[in-house]
Amino acid sequence: MKNKEPGMSLIVKTITRFTVGLVLVYGIFITLQGHVSPGGGFAGGIIITLAFIQLMLAFGQDEVLRKLNQEKGLLLAGIGAILFLVIASRIFLKPQQHSFVAEKHFQLLSAGFLSLSEIAIALMVAAGLFVIFLTLVLLIEEEEKEKK
Amino acid sequence: MSILLYFTIVPLGTAFLVTLLRKKKGISDLLAVLSSLYLFGLSLATAGLTKSHGVMIYKVGGWFPTIGITLVVDGLSAFLLVAINLVAFLVLIYAISYMERYTDKWKFHALFMFMLAGLNGVIISGDLFNLYVFLEIASISAYALVAFGVKPQNLEAAFKYTIMGAVASIFILLGIALLYSYTSTLNMADVAYCLSDKAKNPLLVFIWVLFLAGFGLKAALVPFHAWLPDAHSSAPSPVSAMLSGVVIKTIGIYALMRIFFNVLGVSINLLSVLMASGILSMVVGAFLAIAQNDIKRMLAYSSISQVGYIIFALGVGTPLAILGGLFHLFNHAVFKSLLFLDAGAIEYSTGERNMDKLGGLNNKLPVTGYTSLMAAMSISGIPPLAGFWSKLIIIVAAVEAGYIGYAIVAVLISIVTLVYYLKFQSFVFFGKLDAVYNKIQEVPLAMKTALVILAVICVMGGLMLTGTFRPFLEGASNVILSGTGYKQAVLGAIR
Repeated sequence: MKNKEPGMSLIVKTITRFTVGLVLVYGIFITLQGHVSPGGGFAGGIIITLAFIQLMLAFGQDEVLRKLNQEKGLLLAGIGAILFLVIASRIFLKPQQHSFVAEKHFQLLSAGFLSLSEIAIALMVAAGLFVIFLTLVLLIEEEEKEKK
Repeated sequence: MSILLYFTIVPLGTAFLVTLLRKKKGISDLLAVLSSLYLFGLSLATAGLTKSHGVMIYKVGGWFPTIGITLVVDGLSAFLLVAINLVAFLVLIYAISYMERYTDKWKFHALFMFMLAGLNGVIISGDLFNLYVFLEIASISAYALVAFGVKPQNLEAAFKYTIMGAVASIFILLGIALLYSYTSTLNMADVAYCLSDKAKNPLLVFIWVLFLAGFGLKAALVPFHAWLPDAHSSAPSPVSAMLSGVVIKTIGIYALMRIFFNVLGVSINLLSVLMASGILSMVVGAFLAIAQNDIKRMLAYSSISQVGYIIFALGVGTPLAILGGLFHLFNHAVFKSLLFLDAGAIEYSTGERNMDKLGGLNNKLPVTGYTSLMAAMSISGIPPLAGFWSKLIIIVAAVEAGYIGYAIVAVLISIVTLVYYLKFQSFVFFGKLDAVYNKIQEVPLAMKTALVILAVICVMGGLMLTGTFRPFLEGASNVILSGTGYKQAVLGAIR
């Protein structure tokens, strides 16, 4: 019997409901802890994107596009990029004021602007990668429509 | 010298802002033109500062060099920065009207600004790995810009360009990796310093070959030239103008000059290889250009030929030859971008690029006609236009250095250049106007402005050899002539 609802079977949907939040939180954790432990904005951003991709695989594209479409994705990527550029140029132009070296070691609020820049990178990578994914996937679907 | 940082911050910021504000019509034009105007002003200011300060260094993040990253600007960098930002500014003015034919203009501006950031970054970087990173930023944006029209031939050309560019990048990266393993440092001045202490090693020859192949591919020297005619002729005209005018010179010739002359140090063998490949490019490019019917393909082959002149001049290696080579580099940036913009203007008005189907356009398109006449005469070396002086210096220098055979070839190729540009002029602008083209109109004001300014620079370019501007040119050639003296200059400026 063919499934009338978009997306995969009930089992996959239920599992996704449980895991997607965990994946998202783990991505945010990796991002925020980037300056004191392995990982960082890039890795965290990719994990955040994976949460959205998992949603899309399980529930179909409409569910996800309501939450985050290409327009919003581009906007977020642009904001992330601008933020990163602003933070980077602030540090580079006045290096004496913003030391990279942590005052307090192994704590969340250390290393000055470095942790802020990780957040900006995560925003840029997550949104940018998701837009790339959407562009590739949606283009294929359009081609399939043309064939029919 | 935090002024140097703005060369990459401003174009990157513009690119991101354009992405954010893409819905507002016309804002991407305004942002791109303003920021390129700012960059042009900044490059002129930098050129003035290098005259008084000599070498300028910026330590990124305040870290001490050889651990941290440095940005270095000397006479050669300032010279290239002026050329790049001048051409970019005029091309963006031209693009205001020209790019109306394409959808998603903001994508063009965003990619263009990324390319500009990459090009400026290559020039100001004082560190081998950053040079590679910026080179990749510039190349990848260039691949995307070549495919901008998304017609099958554009995509094919972009694919070819991507593959060849990636091969070149791998050669360069492997060269940098081997050099790093040999000297344990990436700072260019420090690499030169370490190499001067070490004995000769066959590994260095291998690194030379890798860099020659990599940068030769990027600069389209003749055995590596096959991608250039496709890529440069399929891109939208403003992009072709940037690619032919500036990109091959920055990521090809500039990087080659910097690494071979200032870091690794030159030998007689290397100079003769450069000379031979320069002559080969000159001859092959010119003869392939004669056979073309498509205007932009002809211009692209002509670029190969003119790059041959520059590389040949570097290979001769006397002070006069290097001065001539750099002067020709600047002139070529101006007149080749003008010619590509003219080709774009012809296409804009008539929708046709095939020379056989055009004719008599001088009455209908006077501005395009006369500006392209100036550029064509300048590139073929008709006195008193700029191209004549640079070619004259190169040929005189070759004769003085005793390479009379090569000098004769250079003169003959100059005549061949005149032949194919006269063919271009007579087929397109003279003769009888086809009835189909009775209703065509001259291009819009923005395009005309860019064409006229570039044509004026073409005519007045010879003045660069006179009193006021000569220090600018000599400052650039002195950097190359100082050879590995670059390391003393940079390390001296750090302390």
